[in-house]
Amino acid sequence: MSTKTILRAAALSAAVALTGSPAMAWEPTKTVEFIVPAGTGGGADQMARLIQGLVQKHNLMKQSMVVINKGGGAGAEGFLEVKGAKGDPHKIIITLSNLFTTPLATGVPFNWKDLTPVRMMALDQFVLWVNAETPYKTAKEYVAAAKAAGSGKFKMGGTGSKQEDQIITVALEKQTGAKFTYIPFKGGGAVNTQLVGKHVDSTVNNPIEAVANWRAGKVRPLCVFDNERLIYKEKIAGDMAWSDIPTCKEAGVDMDYLMLRGIFMAGGVTADQVKYYSDLLEKVRGLPEWKEFMEKGAFNQTTMVGDQYKNWVAKEEQRHMQLMKEAGFLAASK
Amino acid sequence: MSDNHSHDRSAASTRTLELVVAALIFLLGAIAAYDGNRIGAGWGIEGPQAGYFPFYIGLIICFATAVIFVRALWDRAKAREMFVSRSQLLLVFKMLVPSILYVVGVGTIGIYVSSTLYIAFFMLWLGRYTWIRTVPVALGVSVVFFLLFEVWFLVPLPKGPLEALLGLD
Amino acid sequence: MAEIGLLFDGFGVALSPFNLMLMFIGVLLGVIIGVLPGLGGANGVAILLPLTFTMPPTSAIIMLSCIYWGALFGGAITSILFNIPGEPWSVATTFDGYPLAQQGRAGTALTAAFTSSFIGAFVAVLLITFLAPVVAGFALQFGPPEFFSVYLLTFCAFVGMSRGQALKTVVSMMVGFGLATVGLDTVTGQLRLTFGFTDLLKGFDFLIAVIGLFGIGEILLTLEEGLFFKGTRAKLSPRVVLETWKELPRYWITSLRSSAVGCFMGIVPGGATPASFMSYGVAKRFSQDGDKFGTGKVEGVVAPETAAHAAGTSALLPMLTLGVPGSPTAAVLLGGLLIWGLQPGPLLFVEQTEFVWGLIASMYLGNIAGLIVVLTCVPLFAAILRIPFAIIAPVILVICAIGAFTVHTSVADVYLMLVFGVAGYVLRKLDYPLAPLVLALVLGDRAEDSFRQSMLMSQGTMSIFFSNALVGGITTLALVLLFWPTIAALLKRARGG
Repeated sequence: MSTKTILRAAALSAAVALTGSPAMAWEPTKTVEFIVPAGTGGGADQMARLIQGLVQKHNLMKQSMVVINKGGGAGAEGFLEVKGAKGDPHKIIITLSNLFTTPLATGVPFNWKDLTPVRMMALDQFVLWVNAETPYKTAKEYVAAAKAAGSGKFKMGGTGSKQEDQIITVALEKQTGAKFTYIPFKGGGAVNTQLVGKHVDSTVNNPIEAVANWRAGKVRPLCVFDNERLIYKEKIAGDMAWSDIPTCKEAGVDMDYLMLRGIFMAGGVTADQVKYYSDLLEKVRGLPEWKEFMEKGAFNQTTMVGDQYKNWVAKEEQRHMQLMKEAGFLAASK
Repeated sequence: MSDNHSHDRSAASTRTLELVVAALIFLLGAIAAYDGNRIGAGWGIEGPQAGYFPFYIGLIICFATAVIFVRALWDRAKAREMFVSRSQLLLVFKMLVPSILYVVGVGTIGIYVSSTLYIAFFMLWLGRYTWIRTVPVALGVSVVFFLLFEVWFLVPLPKGPLEALLGLD
Repeated sequence: MAEIGLLFDGFGVALSPFNLMLMFIGVLLGVIIGVLPGLGGANGVAILLPLTFTMPPTSAIIMLSCIYWGALFGGAITSILFNIPGEPWSVATTFDGYPLAQQGRAGTALTAAFTSSFIGAFVAVLLITFLAPVVAGFALQFGPPEFFSVYLLTFCAFVGMSRGQALKTVVSMMVGFGLATVGLDTVTGQLRLTFGFTDLLKGFDFLIAVIGLFGIGEILLTLEEGLFFKGTRAKLSPRVVLETWKELPRYWITSLRSSAVGCFMGIVPGGATPASFMSYGVAKRFSQDGDKFGTGKVEGVVAPETAAHAAGTSALLPMLTLGVPGSPTAAVLLGGLLIWGLQPGPLLFVEQTEFVWGLIASMYLGNIAGLIVVLTCVPLFAAILRIPFAIIAPVILVICAIGAFTVHTSVADVYLMLVFGVAGYVLRKLDYPLAPLVLALVLGDRAEDSFRQSMLMSQGTMSIFFSNALVGGITTLALVLLFWPTIAALLKRARGG
């Protein structure tokens, strides 16, 4: 190699180092706090701890990540914490529908606009379940039976009050004219057990909360609250797969509802910082463990970033406002 | 226990404390009843409303503390009884005042620095230990907790400017 | 029996050197977590959960459940030595454990606590081994009215046991209920008694109140008498273990009864904390020297510890068979199972036999490992009391502050702890009993939720609490226990006349 080429190569590499090296990108400089606006053991908590574990296992981040539960006031505690941490790039938060429902129902002053959307990780489905020993095979039959029994005779179990489960219940009532007595419990697992024990007549559990009892033949899915069927074709119970559950629209109830499982940061952070977490989470999404978890819980694996995500969230907020207004769930001050 | 210290002068009579405490708890009860009433304390077709329990709990508290208050007012024996003697109170304050400063410190200068200072202060002032014995204990405890929580359990505890300076936060 | 064969296969899985090592590490970590108030079993397991993603699921659950055992054991240590319950279910252990330590019998109290824990957990594991399917079905019977009747039963078993003025007992209990209502109302989703304060959104945590009222309050009371703890001359010889063991068989009825109470409460799932209170209340009521409870009776340590551990252990059963966590820690373990790709539920016992029986075998082994670890440390723990007051008092306060902070990672809770401490000091001196406050705080919102859920179901009629044999039976039992002194007197008169 001639001296000239060596010099040229050196100059070239120096230029690369100056302009476009990835080492210049932002990286966390201390422990990242991963806030969960819900208690330990719930769906959001599980997902956060899975992400934490995968980041750690595959060495995706130099600094460590810790999960902190701040579930007080239907998650308001966690959201207010992140709202108050404006400009702090070492805090991320996982959200569920309480991002919209909590401020609307309780009047606690925060809004998703106080946060910076990073990435939508998945959407959680809702399925209408009944006890397997009941005769109802379709949503239509069940709704007809609820109507025939009279107003408030059928009990719908759900998680929390004025949150997603009750919103779906009210929307279902609006659509069909049936009237349920909604009974709020503290966790999705407990709700499903109440259904197996026949203390309630139906639930709108997420797939992951009910799948074990479905496989054991204790509960039966009637329809999924989405515009399209689930994509998972593996047989779960007998010859039924997730993809065999009809949509509620097919079953004559025009209602769809999906719950956001997305990651946000505090407000006032830089684009670089958002990109770092967005890329990190994309790596997590690519891992086989993550894919397995998605399949187990029959999640809708839609992912979004940037403006697309922001627009989605904004639209969803409007929708919640509308749904909750119709249901009479808005806090008195609004 | 008060007779051990009967030579001490009394800092407050039991009756005084009884009255103050009853009044404070009465206030708590009143607050609960007020807010319970605000959000609805009725019993509808859906059972008790959200404010039903706070409202009646508040009322019961108010009623019971009012009775305790009135009874204490007429209780001559309690008026003579010593709640706490001055020397006892002094001892309690010796613990309480540094503790108040300590928890304030937890929120401002961080739990580790605050704990080190607190333990050191206690050993030097109340225990009359020498610096040579105090410093290792006070530092040692904080270092052990730091390792335990920040490093092994990954539980972030409140930290202050010193940790930021050292890059430990 | 098929179970025996499967269990031995399980022992084969659990007894690998790697798993044994994890077991001991787990127990040790658990004891540390249990000793530190606030950093409870649930937190501890949650924190360490991600570490286990790199292990095979069976090893991971063995380690995590051993942390759980360790935490169960560890909770008693600070309760007995300093009147600070390391875990919620150790509150009732302080009632007699701490007086014992003050009398210089810390070693006895610790040994009794650990041994009872072992027995309670052992009975529960036997139950899981042989009766899992039957028992799981039983848990399904529990809807809101049944839960309410169980909470009522806990209350009635415990109430009336506190000494002091009746009026002050009422105030104390109502303050507890009142504090429990602060925060979000589950049934309507409304905020109550928060007045716009962010720090009140999460409500008053039971642990903060307990650390303050019992722990800090006790330090302040102790101070009045001078700068030292009582009971510093605790026996340090390991022989104390054997001596206590000689005494323990006397309380076999209490052990048996407490195990039953604990297993029942674990399976329902009502939780370990109510179980310990209920068991203490029942033991006091039916023991021959029940009126001496609270002054340092070994039996008063045996009852709550046995029940707490029986409940804590059997709480894993509804988790495994129904996917319903019987305790916060079980909830976190449940999340772990899902992440490892295991599906708790009715089919887990059928499909994952190696995992399930490995876990059950590890319950036996972990329990034994835990007992060995803590018993050998009894003299060491008792020796902590010999550390001079000027060192140990600030260290305890630091531990309390860390504990209060970690419950909700909130500095406001640390201030609150100190407020509760002063309140505890004043209230104790004025003869307000604190135990009813604590019990009301821990059960208040759960009892209210289940009551109002029941009312929703029945559309406001109370007869739902007698609507079937199960709920009617428990409600009646609760009422009988509440009026037991009257009933006992009547029975006596009937027998006499």
